[in-house]
Amino acid sequence: MAATRPDIDVSRVAALARLELTPEETALFTRQLSEILAYAEAVQQIDTTGVPPTAHAGAGEPIWRDDVVVPSLDRAVVLKEAPEASLSAGLFKVPKVL
Amino acid sequence: MPHSSAHSARALRDAIANGQLTAEAACQAALDRIAARDPELHAFHTVFAERALERARALDRSTGPRGPLHGVPIALKDNITVAGTVTTAGSKMLATYRPPYDATVVERLEAAGAIVIGKTICDEFSMGSSTENCAFGPSRNPWNPDRAPGGSSGGSAVAVAAGMTPLALGSDTGGSIRQPAAFCGVVGLKPTYGRVSRYGLIAYASSLDQIGPFATTVRDAALCLDVISGPDPKDSTAAAVEPPKFEAALTGDIAGLRVGVPRGWLREGVDTEVMARFEESLATLERLGAVVSEIELPHSRVAVPVYYLVATAEASANLARFDGVRYGYRAPDARDLGEMYDRTRDQGFGPEVKRRIMLGTYVLSAGYYDAYYVKAQQVRTLIRRDFDEAFADVDVVATPTTPTAAFPLGALRDDPLKMYLADTFTVSAPLAGLPAISVPCGWTDDRLPVGLQLTGRAWDEATILRVADAFERTRH
Repeated sequence: MAATRPDIDVSRVAALARLELTPEETALFTRQLSEILAYAEAVQQIDTTGVPPTAHAGAGEPIWRDDVVVPSLDRAVVLKEAPEASLSAGLFKVPKVL
Repeated sequence: MPHSSAHSARALRDAIANGQLTAEAACQAALDRIAARDPELHAFHTVFAERALERARALDRSTGPRGPLHGVPIALKDNITVAGTVTTAGSKMLATYRPPYDATVVERLEAAGAIVIGKTICDEFSMGSSTENCAFGPSRNPWNPDRAPGGSSGGSAVAVAAGMTPLALGSDTGGSIRQPAAFCGVVGLKPTYGRVSRYGLIAYASSLDQIGPFATTVRDAALCLDVISGPDPKDSTAAAVEPPKFEAALTGDIAGLRVGVPRGWLREGVDTEVMARFEESLATLERLGAVVSEIELPHSRVAVPVYYLVATAEASANLARFDGVRYGYRAPDARDLGEMYDRTRDQGFGPEVKRRIMLGTYVLSAGYYDAYYVKAQQVRTLIRRDFDEAFADVDVVATPTTPTAAFPLGALRDDPLKMYLADTFTVSAPLAGLPAISVPCGWTDDRLPVGLQLTGRAWDEATILRVADAFERTRH
């Protein structure tokens, strides 16, 4: 099994997770995540040949409701919670993309 | 003086029904109790005094049919949405968030006549075992304020243990109802996955999260489960299984019931006093006519690392929604969209949430996905199969709820791995989707409560409630 020696590139993972970590956080997480992953190696010792993964412990298939249009939340009510929005245009506002 | 069953939800409801008490007086009594105890214990983040009293007066005026919780005050973990009121999930990210909709459990509680009185302290996005990861915490254990109340639903456990409200709701992902119930000496129930709608529950790990009650008696927990359970068109994982009447299952009779004890798993390390209370509890169950035998749950020994791989992977995906765009916190002064995302998430999340998002992102990333995430899901299958095999021979599985009684606040704060081990006996049930209950079973020499955990077959809350109730009757 690969990845038995946890050697975690915290900066790369932080970029994937969209977190701007401080240098102190990067150092702390490098140590702590390695410790946690070393502890998780006990899982990798277990023989799982031919064992299907369980993604969900639900009893079976999801329950579908009828595909009927019902009223949803009012746009103005939803936009009221946004950090920045244009109520007249009905849009969320964000800083420039490029 | 924490609590007595004289303050049970059922007794309160009956007193209101008999005209001995108005709903308003019951609500005011809860508010007075909160005013007296909460400055020290800090169970609540928000108290809705006016909203609650108004609803109580409306109930007193109404002449229609009375619900099963008519006039009963209830506290909610602050990750369950109540329309128009601040719902933080214990995070700076949502410090001022007012959700525009009610959780399904809130609609059902209010339809049953319950009065939501406030929102309780919890670890941020339910990630923690002590409430110390809350941006607004911690809560304190009513039996010893220097001790942790447990977590993540710690404030709900404290509210019930200190007699502020007879009922509270929490959510349980890896033990977040049962562990604080054990630490605070109250009853806490995690239902079968899919028994209770998760609509309006702020997600942590969606394949594990389940809402459930805290109560001073098993009967109250059953009464509350009766109200909140059942299918919901707004949650495709709320199963189309019509729940039985749980309260009716409490017959007091457990003669011939088969109790399995996973001795091998318990050798992982249980405090001697906790183990002594556990052995006494088994003897009590035998006196009641139950047959106790040893079973094996070999893969539960790695349930804690399996849980932390599965739950953090799901959390890293669920918490991607907090990006400063639609609601919640946004970092100021970002030059562009990417910087706004990154800074919002760094400033809005606390350290444990970042740690778990990082771990989850790592185990889902290319090159590690099969080795960690898929592997953990395969072992999750083995953990489920162990229970399936055990339940061929026994009706319930008994363990201590926690390896130790409540630890001191601050003791494990800087050692996340040690904190995770507080979940040793509680993570298996959610991984397998099974119902489990913690019921008080005695005390340590330091006067800290100890919990007995009973795990049942899927959809069979009735049996664990019946056993817990029969056990509880021997203690009153």
